Amino acid sequence: MIALLRRDLRLAVRAGGGFGLGLAFFLIVIVLVPFGVGPEGAVLARIAPGMLWVAALLAALLSLDRIFALDQEDGSLPLLATSPLPLEAVALAKGVAHWLTTGLPLTLAAPGLGVLLNLAPGAYGWLVLSLALGTPALSMIGTFGAALTVGIRRGGLLMSLLVLPLYVPVLIFSAEVVRRGAEGMAVATPLAMLGGVTAGCLAALPFATAAALRINLR
Amino acid sequence: MSALLRVQDLAVARGGRPVLEGVSFALAPGQALILRGPNGVGKTTLLRTLAGLQPALAGRVAYPEDAGAYASHADGVKATLTVMENLAFWADVHGRAVPEDVLDAFDLAGLRERMAGTLSAGQKRRLGLARLAVIGRPVLFLDEPTVSLDGFSVRLFTAFLRDRHLAAGGVAVIATHIDIGLDAASLDLAAFRARPGGAQGSDEAFL
Repeated sequence: MIALLRRDLRLAVRAGGGFGLGLAFFLIVIVLVPFGVGPEGAVLARIAPGMLWVAALLAALLSLDRIFALDQEDGSLPLLATSPLPLEAVALAKGVAHWLTTGLPLTLAAPGLGVLLNLAPGAYGWLVLSLALGTPALSMIGTFGAALTVGIRRGGLLMSLLVLPLYVPVLIFSAEVVRRGAEGMAVATPLAMLGGVTAGCLAALPFATAAALRINLR
Repeated sequence: MSALLRVQDLAVARGGRPVLEGVSFALAPGQALILRGPNGVGKTTLLRTLAGLQPALAGRVAYPEDAGAYASHADGVKATLTVMENLAFWADVHGRAVPEDVLDAFDLAGLRERMAGTLSAGQKRRLGLARLAVIGRPVLFLDEPTVSLDGFSVRLFTAFLRDRHLAAGGVAVIATHIDIGLDAASLDLAAFRARPGGAQGSDEAFL
């Protein structure tokens, strides 16, 4: 599993690996928001938590279709399926690799972009915490979506349609964490719900992903 | 000697339509079997079924667990990894080390640090086949292993199969259209074509 994780990380940072693509997309979307809604500080501060999370979510979506499609194209996927590594472990390794190349950079970059949206000073810690807690769920759900559409040519769009509705709970609870944090309210409830969603995704989705892969490999 | 790979009355389907039925053979350690038959007869489907990538319609396939390896038209070679990195990855996944002489055996020694994306089709094919020597599985299912190889490389590959793989007690099932110079039995799949209107649809059993 570590071998697969290491290979995927290495592939991501090599030419054409797409590392930083999500991050750049996140940056550009956030920079565009003030152009669209105007420079009023109060308005920006109010929409900042939601905008940051929607942008992070779309950025995470960007690199999902490569997760299994590239391995399917060059034939690695059937070879992995016949290796001693169970497909569940393959799914988990792929999800973790996606998080390390997308979710983690987004989490680290978010505070800097919060400044651009005039995010309330009290919310920065919650923004980072909600991203750190929520983006692993995005990666795991995305890996599942990628496994569902792996056999389909140019399945990226279909995958987005499948995956985005599944992102809704993560978006609701995490944006709520940041909003409450910004207004100085208690964040324990949405934070616990977000943690629950992520823990559930980590526990259950590798099995669902492996099942989807088995069907698509047939 | 008892058989390492035993196939009994196997029926396979492609896209839910039965293509082969009643396929039976057994291979003792050190034996190879060449699958022959016209395009579309079901060689690839049979090999994928044997490798466990798709379920059989009927019949039994028996070989020790985690002993099988599959190699298809696609090599599973990553273009942005070097030749050595590609082999080291598969070795790692299988919990093994890359044997010292494997690069020489497949004439890849001079390409060790080359990016796999810059290899020619034949060189890439040799790298894909070298994976089989690296993972060291005893039961090989090979689908057209010699595509895009020149005569010299075919001989290298045959030498690997005969002197390393089969000599060490492995078995191999090989679908090929050319004579790879291996002393092995061959099986013409055209004789096992499924009768139209025979066993129907595979989906019910799995839904």
